[in-house]
Amino acid sequence: MNLLLASAIAVLIGSGAYLVLRARLFTVLLGLMLVGYGVNLFLLAMGRVRVEVPPIITDAGGPYADPLPQALVLTAIVIGFGMTAFLLALAVRSRSVFGSDHVDGLTDATDSASASDSTSASAVPVSPQALS
Amino acid sequence: MIVMNLVAGLLSSLAPTPLHQALARDLLVLPVLLPLAAAGLSLMTSSIRWRRALMLGTTLLLVALSGWLLPMADLGDVLVYRLGNWPVPVAIVLSVDRLAALLLLLTAIVATGSAWAALGGDDQHGPHFHAAFLLLIAGVNGAFLTGDLFNLFVSFELLLIASYGLLVFGGTPSRVRSGVQYVVLNLVGSSIFLVGIGILYSVTGTLNLAELSQRVALLDAPSAAFVRSGALLLLVVFALKAALVPFSFWLPAAYSAASPPVAALFAILTKVGVYAIVRMSTMVVGTDAAHSANVYGDWLWPMAVATVAFGALAAIGTRSVRRLQSALLIISVGTMLATMALGSEAGLSAGLFYLVHSTIAAAAMFLIAALSEQREAPRQWTGILFFVGALSVAGLPPLAGFLGKVLMLQAFPADRRLPVMWTLVLGSSLLAVIALSRRGAALFWGAAEASETSALPRAREQRLLPRAPLSRMPPTALLLVLAALTVGAGALSDYTQRTAQQLLAPGQLRSQILDTPGGR
Repeated sequence: MNLLLASAIAVLIGSGAYLVLRARLFTVLLGLMLVGYGVNLFLLAMGRVRVEVPPIITDAGGPYADPLPQALVLTAIVIGFGMTAFLLALAVRSRSVFGSDHVDGLTDATDSASASDSTSASAVPVSPQALS
Repeated sequence: MIVMNLVAGLLSSLAPTPLHQALARDLLVLPVLLPLAAAGLSLMTSSIRWRRALMLGTTLLLVALSGWLLPMADLGDVLVYRLGNWPVPVAIVLSVDRLAALLLLLTAIVATGSAWAALGGDDQHGPHFHAAFLLLIAGVNGAFLTGDLFNLFVSFELLLIASYGLLVFGGTPSRVRSGVQYVVLNLVGSSIFLVGIGILYSVTGTLNLAELSQRVALLDAPSAAFVRSGALLLLVVFALKAALVPFSFWLPAAYSAASPPVAALFAILTKVGVYAIVRMSTMVVGTDAAHSANVYGDWLWPMAVATVAFGALAAIGTRSVRRLQSALLIISVGTMLATMALGSEAGLSAGLFYLVHSTIAAAAMFLIAALSEQREAPRQWTGILFFVGALSVAGLPPLAGFLGKVLMLQAFPADRRLPVMWTLVLGSSLLAVIALSRRGAALFWGAAEASETSALPRAREQRLLPRAPLSRMPPTALLLVLAALTVGAGALSDYTQRTAQQLLAPGQLRSQILDTPGGR
């Protein structure tokens, strides 16, 4: 059980980190979601995994699962959901502004776009950083 | 004479009494609740006048409220509010000691100046500027007030999501691009924050900062290793907020792209990171934390030194006055954290003194920087503002920034850190002065060079977004606050010294929070 949980967390966070390091916003977003899932599982595991025990301390005593990490995970899920939704909206906006979903706002055909933009003064190609 | 008596009477009636303290304890939740409620209200009305009144009214109320809380906290007892009236380790506590009270007041002052500046029209480039503004303040105040690690996370998220909205407000290309990077970085930061919290909880079984520090001190060496790794993960997150190298490269792009009032307000955001670092390093992994004592000190010093160096190079290398101010903000954060990393009373006190000054100076300077880029405005008054603002951010006499730097230099004992710090502070000040005078000369004397700074993107942005006229009054008012701070520098440095004493006796803080009477 513990091995399964640990490897699930590792796979989620590992693949999430890989995707976050991509240059496209869509994959970055997917990566952030995977990292979020991994972190939520990790939080849950930090309260020690108990199977088939209630998160309630009864008068009779007996084993109970720690309810606090579950509450934390719930909060973290809600917050993560909101943040992901915001980033998604921002990514759509970024795509409509730059015409691509590159994280640096680079366009797919950077060279041709910048050449047509800088026709006014000189024909020297302007670097995308200077343009936008 | 009558007026004098009236003022004296009014002041004495506001002086802290036990009754007032009891009242203050009940009102502690207001610095979070007020802006939250006002944000909700401002979403309900569509009248810009009401929204503006709500925003400015709330910030002014917060100035009054935190001005009233400050002398109360200065009596030395921690004011504790238990959410839901549960007994202490169960309840999430809000607590105000001297440090939190000082930062609450600082937030309120900066927010007022920034809200005032936003009335110029920067709040009209889209819907709901005011709500996001108020939510940001609620988050910042929550972070300063809370005595619970997970609640700190929630406050961080609240202020972050509001800051995302404010940063990209207006939706120009540069704002969207820097906004995307800022959001992605901070989302990763939030994940790391949660991992850190999880590790600390798994070893100690609590999230209340006071109880956490109590249990950390009792751990054996193997478990303390987990505490150290958890605490260092949190340091990464806080350093990201405070813009410490190697986590500071996002700041110049973000702060220079944001609209001027927003950039001024963001000057307080880096201080949330600084606050969290100070709180963790004195309370949880402080000197009395047994196996996990002083975890932060070893890391903080090199990071802060690198931050000052990075900021100084960025300052000298930029041609935009707003990027220059962002670089100066990075320098100031690095300098204060290098001093606070000493962990001594003098170091903490000097760092806090400089924190107050540099935050207000940075907020004023972000506004002045935007003012000085406006061609149509009368130049003379703006030029004087730029000069005074430059003196204060560079830390030259006669303003209090100079005193802050002297205090910080004096705080260093004669060991191998001393020459490094002197070189850094003096070198970064020199580079800041050179950069500021270059920018100032170009802006006010040589229009030709100034106009070429970033003409191309500016033109493109302006087509999308008319530049709102800025009033010269808000930065003037902030500079007047700085002048008042200079006059009252003695009182402020006494206060920061008492704050440092309180921070360095975490046992007392801890027991005052944990022994709070009441509950079910």
